[in-house]
Amino acid sequence: MSETLAPPPPALQEAPPIIELRGVSRRFATSLDFAAKLARRLGLPVREEVVHAVDGVDLSIRKGEVVGLVGESGCGKSTLGRMVAGILPPSAGSVLWWGRDLHGLSGAEARQAKLRTQMIFQDPYASLNPRLKVAEIVGEAPQYHGLVRRGGLDAYVDEQLRRAGLDPTLKRRYPHQFSGGQRQRIGIARALAVQPDFLICDEAVAALDVSIQAQILNLFMKLRRELDLTYLFISHDLGVVEHLSDRVVIMYLGRVVEEAPAEEVFQRPNHPYTRALLAEVPRIEARKRAFSGVKGEIPSPLNPPPGCHFHPRCPHAFERCRIERPALREVAPGHRSACHLNDAA
Amino acid sequence: MSPPTLQVRNLKTHFFTRAGVVRAVDDVSFTVESGKVLGLVGESGSGKSVTGFSILGLVDPPGRVTGGSILFKGQDLATLSEAAMRRLRGNRIAMIFQDPMMTLNPVLRIDTQMIETVLAHAKVSREEARQRARDALGQVGIPSPEERLHAYPHQFSGGMRQRVAIAIALLHKPDLIVADEPTTALDVTIQGQILAEAQKLCAESGTALIWITHDLSVVAGLADDIAVMYAGKVVEQGPVVDVLDAPLHPYTVGLIGSVPSRNHRGEPLRQIPGMTPSLLNLPAGCAFRARCPRAEARCAEPPPFAEYRPGRFARCIHPYQEAVAA
Ligand SMILES: Nc1ncnc2c1ncn2[C@@H]1O[C@H](COP(=O)(O)OP(=O)(O)OP(=O)(O)O)[C@@H](O)[C@H]1O
Ligand SMILES: Nc1ncnc2c1ncn2[C@@H]1O[C@H](COP(=O)(O)OP(=O)(O)O)[C@@H](O)[C@H]1O
Ligand code: SF4
Ligand code: SF4
Ligand SMILES: [Mg+2]
Ligand SMILES: [Mg+2]
Repeated sequence: MSETLAPPPPALQEAPPIIELRGVSRRFATSLDFAAKLARRLGLPVREEVVHAVDGVDLSIRKGEVVGLVGESGCGKSTLGRMVAGILPPSAGSVLWWGRDLHGLSGAEARQAKLRTQMIFQDPYASLNPRLKVAEIVGEAPQYHGLVRRGGLDAYVDEQLRRAGLDPTLKRRYPHQFSGGQRQRIGIARALAVQPDFLICDEAVAALDVSIQAQILNLFMKLRRELDLTYLFISHDLGVVEHLSDRVVIMYLGRVVEEAPAEEVFQRPNHPYTRALLAEVPRIEARKRAFSGVKGEIPSPLNPPPGCHFHPRCPHAFERCRIERPALREVAPGHRSACHLNDAA
Repeated sequence: MSPPTLQVRNLKTHFFTRAGVVRAVDDVSFTVESGKVLGLVGESGSGKSVTGFSILGLVDPPGRVTGGSILFKGQDLATLSEAAMRRLRGNRIAMIFQDPMMTLNPVLRIDTQMIETVLAHAKVSREEARQRARDALGQVGIPSPEERLHAYPHQFSGGMRQRVAIAIALLHKPDLIVADEPTTALDVTIQGQILAEAQKLCAESGTALIWITHDLSVVAGLADDIAVMYAGKVVEQGPVVDVLDAPLHPYTVGLIGSVPSRNHRGEPLRQIPGMTPSLLNLPAGCAFRARCPRAEARCAEPPPFAEYRPGRFARCIHPYQEAVAA
């Protein structure tokens, strides 16, 4: 079915995975949100339970790739991102970094792995120390880790700022003196300063104004070319993911339900959830369209439905879907989907 | 002919802060007819929410409506007493906020909140009020509304809370709803459900709707008309088709151009240089000047809000498709 689709560039095909997840799961005891905390203080009944945030995920990311990760709120994207970054240990399964278990690395190697994988967050303000000047924020880690000579720090910081599109003459200022887009650039400069080869961007442009979003996305693409970076790009914005990803991974309630080259996902989505999701994306080309919405609620990860997690909302669900978890398997070269309908065909 | 549901004329709302006067809304005009949707778009800080609060009479000091008029079915809201305004709010005019907890009380059961809202404006029995509350929940697609009436807000997901807030706004089938980014925090799957409800409401009850958003793609499919705000002013306005397919103002052109789907996959996105200006001490003339590719010396003068055709406006001296201003 995919004769017309160009195979991935050979360089990508042959590169070893920079990260490989094998059967990775992560469970949490639930934390309470504000409304729930308030309710509990007032003596109302509130339960505390175990969340399966990530449930048996296999995924590999090759050097130089941009992998987009999408899914509804709470489906486990950030949790997966933090495990890939090595800042959250999995409850089960293993995370391999260049083929070696991230959590079995020696001290020096573990530090290396942590530096070379950097995370960029949605709210740059929350992750920047308000009491430090920009020069200190960007220069702290490279100095501490001995990535730069004593006398060279100033020039090194200037170079990081310039690369992130910030005027180095502003480096004596504090974070609150910058706009949202500029703060995101500070966060990017700080990440680049430790010479990573892998960036995990978690909703990194979600809080930015439309016109600023384009500037930051262009910066990410420019850095990819210049520094040969690999990206895991987490976003709920399918337009953004379509624009810059080579490959797209769709999650639903802790599991990967579909994974394919970006063009394939958007042109030939296989999984009923992916198709429903794509149908709801607002398009600027649309005029007075009728909206419908995917029927039903996003089920709670506290109490996920058995079998295929999507079955209560799936228009094609049949008996087997309520009982058996569908395996993620190849439906076309490089295209995997977890749906029982693919067995019938 | 009866007057339009809402007519805003040269509205000005300013905040008198210690740092200076913030001209949050500075000469905003638009009209919304019964059953129609106006998309009010702009980036953060452009004055969208303050416009909405001004219509509802919810601007608090140091802010104040300092000029213009807000005509609701021909009646100037500025001349109403606070008591009369309160009677309109929640009854004939309703607002839906980005955060549904602005509407919902965390310590009251949903049924209590909804029944009180009904009884505040309608002389009906408690049982009748309860019936209306249940119907409203059903109308916004909440499954088993009868059981859900007994729940507290924290027992709902974000999308469900927003739908409850919308159900409350719908209770009295208002003539006008101002919805301030009600789906911005929600997933597209849930956003689709809410947009569907909004559409149905306008078509069935003739409610006029102002949908505030920063997302042009949402209003493309929902609205009849669009007003684009920049730095406290409407810079372009007209039917959706005209504004999105043949924009006049360089800012609108820049916004549309930066949407990823308007660009080739993987290529750099067209971007608007610079950043949004602070509303304190805006220089005279066009506020977009420092970022505009078509700026010229004349732009240092304030550009007029010119009507190119009936209902088609732009505030630019050098628009993309120059026509004879009427
Ligand atoms: N530290 C934690 N303690 C308890 N539960 C957690 C914790 N972190 C995440 N969770 C839960 O795990 C699930 C997945 O969360 P995660 O933050 O990974 O979602 P997400 O896909 O990033 O969502 P969003 O799009 O809203 O950012 C959610 O149900 C969340 O409430
Ligand atoms: N209470 C206030 N005091 C001072 N300035 C305010 C206040 N509320 C809003 N503003 C200012 O008014 C402008 C418009 O705000 P707002 O209408 O909330 O923008 P939008 O909704 O378009 O993001 C901003 O510059 C904002 O800082
Ligand atoms: S496995 Fe069944 S319920 Fe799940 S997506 Fe496929 S058809 Fe739908
Ligand atoms: S008035 Fe001048 S600066 Fe302003 S948008 Fe038009 S051309 Fe640009
Ligand atoms: Mg997240
Ligand atoms: Mg706002």
